Amino acid sequence: MNSNIPQSTSAEITGTLQLARQRIKKRKALDRLLFLSGLGALAIAVSVLIILIGSLVATGHSAFIQTYITLDLDISERYVKREDPFKGQYRNIINEALLQQFPGVTERSAQRQLFSLPSPAAQYMLRDHIASNPKLIGNTIRFAIPVSDPYDQLNKGLVLRETEEQNRRLKQQQINWFDTLDHRGLISNKFNWNLLTNPDSRFPEVAGLAGAIMGSLYTLLICFAVSFPVGIGAAIHLELFAPKNRFTDLIEININNLAAVPSIVFGLLALAVFLNSFGMPRSTPLVGGLTLALMTLPTIIIATRSALKSVPTSIHDAALALGASRQQAVFHHILPAAMPGILTGAIIGMAQALGETAPLLLIGMNAFLAAVPNTPIDASTTLPTQIFLWADSPERGFISRTCAAILVLLGLLVSMNAIAIFLRQKLEKQH
Amino acid sequence: MFTLANTPATLFKDLPQSGLAASHAIFSDGNPEQTASIPEHGVMPASNPRIMASRVNVFYGRKQALHEVSIALGKQELVAFIGPSGCGKSTFLRTLNRMNDTIDGCSVTGKIELDGIDIYSPQMDVIELRSRVGMVFQKPNPFPKSIYDNVAYGPRIHGMARSKSELDIIVESALTQAGLWNEVKDRLGHPALGLSGGQQQRLCIARAIAVRPEVILMDEPCSALDPIATATIESLLLELKQEFTIVVVTHSMQQAARISDRTAFFHMGKLIESGWTRSFFDNPGHPLTQQYLGGKFG
Repeated sequence: MNSNIPQSTSAEITGTLQLARQRIKKRKALDRLLFLSGLGALAIAVSVLIILIGSLVATGHSAFIQTYITLDLDISERYVKREDPFKGQYRNIINEALLQQFPGVTERSAQRQLFSLPSPAAQYMLRDHIASNPKLIGNTIRFAIPVSDPYDQLNKGLVLRETEEQNRRLKQQQINWFDTLDHRGLISNKFNWNLLTNPDSRFPEVAGLAGAIMGSLYTLLICFAVSFPVGIGAAIHLELFAPKNRFTDLIEININNLAAVPSIVFGLLALAVFLNSFGMPRSTPLVGGLTLALMTLPTIIIATRSALKSVPTSIHDAALALGASRQQAVFHHILPAAMPGILTGAIIGMAQALGETAPLLLIGMNAFLAAVPNTPIDASTTLPTQIFLWADSPERGFISRTCAAILVLLGLLVSMNAIAIFLRQKLEKQH
Repeated sequence: MFTLANTPATLFKDLPQSGLAASHAIFSDGNPEQTASIPEHGVMPASNPRIMASRVNVFYGRKQALHEVSIALGKQELVAFIGPSGCGKSTFLRTLNRMNDTIDGCSVTGKIELDGIDIYSPQMDVIELRSRVGMVFQKPNPFPKSIYDNVAYGPRIHGMARSKSELDIIVESALTQAGLWNEVKDRLGHPALGLSGGQQQRLCIARAIAVRPEVILMDEPCSALDPIATATIESLLLELKQEFTIVVVTHSMQQAARISDRTAFFHMGKLIESGWTRSFFDNPGHPLTQQYLGGKFG
């Protein structure tokens, strides 16, 4: 055998060795390059994410704090009738309390400037408070009310005192009043629960996301209730029971294409079918949920099919060999084994639906609504359409609130994904 | 080695006479061509057969995978199917419990009788058939559930236990019979996939016998196992054949020689030869068998 191998001279051997070493060196350099470029790509992705979140937090964090003014309010019967506390002149009560703080302000135009300090929505807050505690009528109460947007911005340092007076929303006199009140210890900062508990409002200082969060919740609930069972059913039938022929091939191609259809097309479809043909109520989570369900269905079907495909056929065979029917094999073994994958797909679909804006704009879920929806057939907004609305609003307070709403939306998405991961790990542990 | 120790000596003593006599009785009932079409040496069915297959053809679409296979499988008998890859031995095994039904385009002609009833006739429900003809696969395939649930699944779907305690007894006896009880009795609730490969395969055997079948089909049950686990399973099979008809498809001629009572050799979709294991290996009749056993191909 050895005779077949040509005898090499020592020079030749050294030469080949050198070549081999060069090749190894080249390979190592290439490995290193690939590693570094991967690391670089990751660094870029992470830094972009940090910039995005950082800028949102930098702008949005101020929306989580609200400036309040605490005033002693005389709920006198001159303004509020005991029989009907809802009809009281609460505006006057607040204005009187302000005049008590600054008795020197007598000129009407100056008074009007002073009265702009509390939020225009404060009278309604006071009204609701008195209406639910009618015993307070006739007494003097200490009550904290949010200040209006320009003062809130001033307090947060977003309105600069150095700016020339004519370029500023607040006159020097107004700033002085605010500072005097601050010296008297009547100005305070509180965590802005209103952002989460209030419905939308024209006044940014009291505008909140409660309506949008409830709307999103109802919309997602309907979307899930429709798309999850239908999607899984369709996937099981296509993957495990349907014969493989041209018809099922056609369906499969169509489902894959549907997943790539722009979401606004689903909005148009919903407008034409749900609203115009079926006459369903406009702007409601019901229609929004159905629209998003149409959009989510292909995602769920595709994810479920691939999850079912990934269950080894040996499990199917094992069940059949024990005398299980095909249905039993599927529902006892294949579906449970595929469940983690199915749930992951469903949650991805739901997360996509939660962030979807375009189709909801077409069915009118971007209307201004100062009420929280009580049922899925009440008109409502959703988080993304609320962000869209606020981003369009001219008041400065809405800039930070838009960012805060985005942060709330992102927070919901992250917690949904966390639930998905938790469920998956729990289900996988069972096996 | 096991064969010699465990096979009743009487079986060999009156082997040629009783075997041939039985074959005559079975294959000559009014159909002389059948007897003629079977290779001379292949006629070695057991007396009192559990399964009778006659002239079975299997087609995958247009491709014919099995040609005119006829064989009888006795009660309390361990039969080994050997042959090169793609020879049709697994295909034939899967026709015996109609697992081929799940394959698109697969069709079967001929007759396979289980206790005298054609398993492809409408009288035979496929679910009932599979509860009577169990199967163990090449790769251990426990369900991704607990050890207990794996064994209990068959009895549960067939409604074999009226109470939890009855089910417990079934599970325990199946695991005991599969020689696994002592190893797993303290962790019945643990996932079956945490067991070793050999244990998983014995669990699959326990799962199959928990349904109390008459026949157990095994498709290369040891090919994914190490020699020690293989030896454990082989001795287990020798015990189980006291109660069940066992059919083992194997790649290993040594394994067939060690454990089987009878051996059948398949080649290119045909049953070339079958016979009592000892005489089959000592004195193969067909030239193809001689070549295969001699290691000329395979």
